[in-house]
Amino acid sequence: MNSIIGKPLIPFIRRRFAFFDALIPAGFPSPAADYVQNTIDLHERLIHNAAATFFVRASGDSMRDAGIVDGSVLVVDASRPPVSGHIVVACLDGKYVVKRLHHSQGRVELHSENSLTPYPVLRPSTDLQIFGVVTSHIVEHLKKPRKG
Amino acid sequence: MALYALVDANNFYASCEKIFDPALTDTPLVVLSNNDGCIVARSAEAKALGIPMGAPMHQWQAFCDAHGVISKSSNYTLYGDMSARMLSILQDMCPQVESYSIDESFLDLAGYADARAYGLRIRKRLQQDIKITCGVGIGATKTLAKFANHLAKKQAEFAGVCQLSASTCARTQALMAAYPVAEVWGVGRQLSARLQADGVETVLDLARCDPLAIKQRYGIVLAKTVRELRGEPCLTLEDVGRPKQQIIASRSFGSTITDPNAIKAAISHHVSRAAEKLRAQQGQCAHLYVMLRTNPFREQDTQYRRSILVPLAQASADTGLLLAAAMRGLKQIFVPGLRYHKCGVMLGEISLMSQQQTDLFAPVDDPKRLRLMGLMDRINRDQGAGTLQFASTQLSNTWQMRTGNRSPRYTTCWDELPIAYA
Repeated sequence: MNSIIGKPLIPFIRRRFAFFDALIPAGFPSPAADYVQNTIDLHERLIHNAAATFFVRASGDSMRDAGIVDGSVLVVDASRPPVSGHIVVACLDGKYVVKRLHHSQGRVELHSENSLTPYPVLRPSTDLQIFGVVTSHIVEHLKKPRKG
Repeated sequence: MALYALVDANNFYASCEKIFDPALTDTPLVVLSNNDGCIVARSAEAKALGIPMGAPMHQWQAFCDAHGVISKSSNYTLYGDMSARMLSILQDMCPQVESYSIDESFLDLAGYADARAYGLRIRKRLQQDIKITCGVGIGATKTLAKFANHLAKKQAEFAGVCQLSASTCARTQALMAAYPVAEVWGVGRQLSARLQADGVETVLDLARCDPLAIKQRYGIVLAKTVRELRGEPCLTLEDVGRPKQQIIASRSFGSTITDPNAIKAAISHHVSRAAEKLRAQQGQCAHLYVMLRTNPFREQDTQYRRSILVPLAQASADTGLLLAAAMRGLKQIFVPGLRYHKCGVMLGEISLMSQQQTDLFAPVDDPKRLRLMGLMDRINRDQGAGTLQFASTQLSNTWQMRTGNRSPRYTTCWDELPIAYA
């Protein structure tokens, strides 16, 4: 079974091939041959710490001004210490919520970001369990077509 | 001086279940074996209720209902992924790691100035990064590390990390005297009964035995254990990824099976899985076993169990060849009319593919076939297990196991991700 984020455990071979590394069988040598680079790897860019990164599906529209819409995939780094201003996935009343973390006057608050619909500021009573920090999110505008 | 740590996750399966469903945080939870038969893991709350390990679920169903205990079918996809994450974090923190089981690893901490402080760091990092709580036991030998791990989990004052100093130290001796000999790694129920009859009751009693006398009466394995308890290393770290000498794939059926096609399908499935693992370690096997049996707990049924060794003309890693061999074996041991409960295959005499010895008269694995196998493995890895299968696995699916209440594959499947409410 393929782990979504466990990829580094399996070598990167599949995703890291070069564009122009084939030998030209005959004729004029490729002028690009000296400029071969790896392809751009989204995983490398977006996953800061593979073992501690989890993908979480957002449900609801309270964070739309931050770009997170219903169905967005959140890239969550559980190893990163959360600080005020981070978007976090936190545990509240037996559910995970995604909100902006604010520390104000020693109190922890969770803010929504939706200028169209007002959402109340959440002030968790006991110490807040934070699962991780949202480092990026993915919105698919078109689904990948199935091959064949 | 040698120094080993054993890092062992607390209630690993139950913890994996709880991480992604915070509604279960304080709920007693049990995880059931394949086919939902027995309780194979319990959360701390379930342990506190007195639910025993290995208990048949049907005997405890009423109790669980009455106490609000949640039961989950085992979700090995999830546990396997969390285990891989745990191992990669440990490998990041220590160059020498032996993955001992799905939730335990030995670390070589020789040369670490303050091993206990490092143990605390490892524990904290696993808690932060993957939300798994571990016990860490540290000692001069693997056996002492294993015992220290037990102490770390049982005695709150260690805060999850216990380092045992030399077995001559009074504190260590007091701890050893407080635990029965059965707590020693490798001392099972039978052995501890024999030891007790000989007057060896506690861990300390065993540590004080003469290794030579133990060797004569109990054999070399227990003698090594005694020397290890005295702080003399006899067991070293085994390398991760050492190729396996045997590969087994077997499973009980969801219900009893009489249909030969269902058994063929199950055997085909097991051969496919085993061959995939074989190729993943660049191996080839020279023979395979096929095993088939009825349910020993159904005393009203005619009992039957047989296994057969099928040698291959040439060591191979070709699923097609292995399937043909397995079917030949199955044909010989299958008796019509019986109610079968479990079947499996084992690949044996495994060597590296690069060392293929060609028999003058035997066919060699066709390179084209090997490329085909490689392609199949890649497709199954990229697009999900079972995307490409041999047709015989599809003869029937009635053998598949019951997984009545399996949780989502939260970490490996795009359609089953955990939810956060915005």
